[in-house]
Amino acid sequence: MRQSTFTIPALLAVLGAAGLFAALLGDGAWDALAWLGLGLPAVIGTWPLLRR
Amino acid sequence: MRSTTIRRWSVVHTWTSLICTLFLFLLALTGLPLIFHHELEHLLGEAPELREMAPGTAHLDLQQLVEAGERHRPDEVVQYLGWEEDEPNGVVTIMAATASTEPNSSHTFMLDARTGEAVEMPAANGGFMMLMLRLHVDLFAGLPGKLLLAFMGMLFVLAIISGVVLYAPFMRKLRFAEVRDKSTRLRWLDLHNLIGIVTLTWALTVGVTGVISACADLLIEAWRGDTLAAMVEPYRDAPPLTERAPASRLLEIARAAAPGMRPDFIAFPGTRFSSEHHYAVFMVGSSHLTSHLWTPVLIDARTLQVTAVGTRPWYMDALAMSQPLHFGDYGGRPMQILWAVLDVLTLIVLGSGLYLWWVRRRAPRATLRGEVAA
Repeated sequence: MRQSTFTIPALLAVLGAAGLFAALLGDGAWDALAWLGLGLPAVIGTWPLLRR
Repeated sequence: MRSTTIRRWSVVHTWTSLICTLFLFLLALTGLPLIFHHELEHLLGEAPELREMAPGTAHLDLQQLVEAGERHRPDEVVQYLGWEEDEPNGVVTIMAATASTEPNSSHTFMLDARTGEAVEMPAANGGFMMLMLRLHVDLFAGLPGKLLLAFMGMLFVLAIISGVVLYAPFMRKLRFAEVRDKSTRLRWLDLHNLIGIVTLTWALTVGVTGVISACADLLIEAWRGDTLAAMVEPYRDAPPLTERAPASRLLEIARAAAPGMRPDFIAFPGTRFSSEHHYAVFMVGSSHLTSHLWTPVLIDARTLQVTAVGTRPWYMDALAMSQPLHFGDYGGRPMQILWAVLDVLTLIVLGSGLYLWWVRRRAPRATLRGEVAA
């Protein structure tokens, strides 16, 4: 079965929100969760711009 | 989705975006250096540099610092004293002609807490970073400027939401992150959709917290009229303050009244953050989360009695939490860099959106209909 249009975007959105919130709670691992949650959109968004 | 529904959302998306795009370009461009304002101020030599002294050198008491400030700027009064975590020996001092002078006419500098020596903070009073900040915050137009930008921020949020709705029909037949190369327009359409959808959480967060921050003046006024007014009710008919008790022990008094918290700033009597009769010491919590939330301790400026420890209305907590979530300054250097990358990606979404609108106006309708279905 074809996955829904919103499956991956929804996962990314939830992970991003969790990361933004987590970094408010502490340093170290909490920050790392934010780097992951914001890093994935940054990479997925930048990659196709660099590739031609 | 029915085609009339798509068309309606498309109209919402087009117009909310078009109206706010120019402002969002400005906000994203000026926001970029502001993410790194700390680093840039050091680079530009505009950050305060305190002299090297033996570690553990004793600090002057606050009244001595107030007097040092008054010697430095004899015609002005201290409005605020503030503390920064990365400069434990410095006290940020804001002075102005009168206690109630508006913030943009105040002068900000640092007092060395050990010597009372005044150290200038050029970036806080003018120069490139201040230009970026004013363009980002109020367009040099005060409250109307802030509210205009708040409105643009709301349109931006609407544009994001309508964009998410439109993502579905446009992507129905495509895999995630598929970018078609058939034409420049198709490529940018797919890029616009992809970058827009993956930056959704970040853009919404920065957009909403930006709108809240832009309404800060209104929220502070609400706080003054509501929470602060209730706290200083007994002083409503009190005669004007003539003699002020020395500020020396304010921090001890506030710490005793709010155990486990640390001082963030002191608002002097007559300023926007205090009453005519009080020193207001704004304490913050010691945990990561609560370090952003202010609890004011009101201290009678004549007797030094604590008259109230503030409660925090929800809207002031919302304003306080909007700061880190807008600035991206709470997750170390990697977070700052990601903030900058996402900011640039937002610029690309804005630019490609504008391009798509421009070329679409010239394309025949039939092609466009084919695109949504194909």
